[in-house]
Amino acid sequence: MALEIIAGCVNCWACVTLCPHQAIIEAQPHFLIDPLRCTECVDAHATPQCAAICPVEGVIVNELGDPLNPPGSLSPPARFG
Amino acid sequence: MPTPSTSNPTAPISGCASGRCGSSTQQIDELDASTAQRVQDHPCYSEEAHKYFARMHVAVAPACNIQCNYCNRKYDCSNESRPGVVSEVLTAAQAVKKTLAVAAAIPQMSVLGIAGPGDALANPERTFATFAELSERAPDLKLCLSTNGLMLPRYVDQIAAYHVDHVTITINCIDPEIGAQIYPWIFWNHRRVTGREASEILISQQQKGLEMLVERGILVKVNSVMIPGINDQHLKEVSRVVRAKGAFLHNVMPLISDPAHGTHFGLTGQRGPTPQELKALQDDCAGDMNMMRHCQQCRADAVGMLGEDRGAEFTLEKIEAMQIDEHAAMGRRIALRAAINAELAEKRAARHAASAQVIALHRATVSPGRPVRMAVASSTGAIIDTHFGHAKSFRILEVTADSVHTLGTRAAAQYCGGEADCGEADNTLARTLASLADCEVMLCSRIGIEPWGKLEAAGIRPDGSHAMEDVASAARAVWQAMLESGQLANAPAHQRRA
Ligand code: SF4
Ligand code: SF4
Ligand code: SF4
Repeated sequence: MALEIIAGCVNCWACVTLCPHQAIIEAQPHFLIDPLRCTECVDAHATPQCAAICPVEGVIVNELGDPLNPPGSLSPPARFG
Repeated sequence: MPTPSTSNPTAPISGCASGRCGSSTQQIDELDASTAQRVQDHPCYSEEAHKYFARMHVAVAPACNIQCNYCNRKYDCSNESRPGVVSEVLTAAQAVKKTLAVAAAIPQMSVLGIAGPGDALANPERTFATFAELSERAPDLKLCLSTNGLMLPRYVDQIAAYHVDHVTITINCIDPEIGAQIYPWIFWNHRRVTGREASEILISQQQKGLEMLVERGILVKVNSVMIPGINDQHLKEVSRVVRAKGAFLHNVMPLISDPAHGTHFGLTGQRGPTPQELKALQDDCAGDMNMMRHCQQCRADAVGMLGEDRGAEFTLEKIEAMQIDEHAAMGRRIALRAAINAELAEKRAARHAASAQVIALHRATVSPGRPVRMAVASSTGAIIDTHFGHAKSFRILEVTADSVHTLGTRAAAQYCGGEADCGEADNTLARTLASLADCEVMLCSRIGIEPWGKLEAAGIRPDGSHAMEDVASAARAVWQAMLESGQLANAPAHQRRA
């Protein structure tokens, strides 16, 4: 089991240093996850670390292709006042 | 997809785009002496120094651990760079190489900063590896870093260990309700935290980090982004609080909001301030604190004099080919710095002499200003060495144009005598305030934020900026500053109220 980074990733590096298994690879056009290294963090943390810090919705997906940060999940609540 | 507006870095820009300099050269003169000494060859902090000294940033810190609504993370941190800019990320080893090459080619180089492109402390390994190596190989360079503050308390001791002497914290608010409109989430303890809770954590980490840095004698500058309708009024309070805690400069920057940058604020139509609004706020905060107005929000990989970017001369490829004698280069930098500082010192002295003459002329013709009563927290009466809360008594001075008289000593109700006293704190503070009611100024080495506010409310201005100075000369300087700012034309606040 492994997560995947797909198009839309802005190469911001936030996920790279957090990965407990150094599974995230600096690549072009966008960063990638090494499926042989990624454990979805089950052995290390309560939640996949890359997905917990990624600032872009929809670019980290599970094996079913479902985004861990679905549309709307990271945007601020509707404008105050 | 909008293309990042990497303005052509080879285009020569003059060192000082003088039209952009808003503050007076007096700015540095107004800082307390030891701070002025430490910032005088820092181009970002000293209006004067930025014409003589150069700085560079190395982009070793790409990651960020929070989200600001004015930031699109495709680009560099908008707290530190103009939005829409992209810097090439370096490893620590590349950054060290680049720094040594630049510092050999530009002997005016005095400051090496890490300001992103993300957050310096969200990339602690690269940031500190860079500092560690440079503090060995170019110990004459000043190190500085910029941070959103989230991880500051954890790294303060490391920052101190590498003798980093300037830290910039971006503080946009101290009220989590306001914070919730600026920060949608933070990454904290291995999870994403959203909403008000995120701002509560961020704000408390920033404030704690600020206090810890000041305790360790590290200079702290605070940056704030002015967001009309969200934090514009609130920033005056921010200014007051960060000054009371010991920040030496507050730099208010305008929100730059462009839909093309793809930020949340850009897309929702949140506007930036007009130049008039920005100036009005900067003036308001300046009454409170030394403001910096020549900040140009440099790129995270800026190289050269402020306002210019010579980055293109120092690409990794070009650096590889350079032969550098590190030791000789350092010698050249130190010699040049000494020469420039001597020249600047002369100019400063001339400026002081000129203002002294003006005062002398005034003295002959116009009223020299009324006497001012001041309270001083000092253990011996000679040096301002005592924390307001620890003072057992206050010396009361009467300061006039040409004399400093001691009127006597008044016992303080000690309000901060340890935990046992805590319930009594308000009461004892009130008694101390009553005993100082006729004073306009209270000089001490340090003071807490609570009593600061209460003294101000009682019309007694607390002043901790003359810590460890001679009592008589500090009192003179305070009186002189009051005279020059016109405060001695009116009756003291407590008499006006009465
Ligand atoms: S889920 Fe965990 S292990 Fe997999 S790439 Fe992300 S951080 Fe690394
Ligand atoms: S945190 Fe998200 S956007 Fe940033 S590099 Fe990783 S996957 Fe890409
Ligand atoms: S701290 Fe800087 S990089 Fe991080 S979100 Fe805010 S503006 Fe962007």
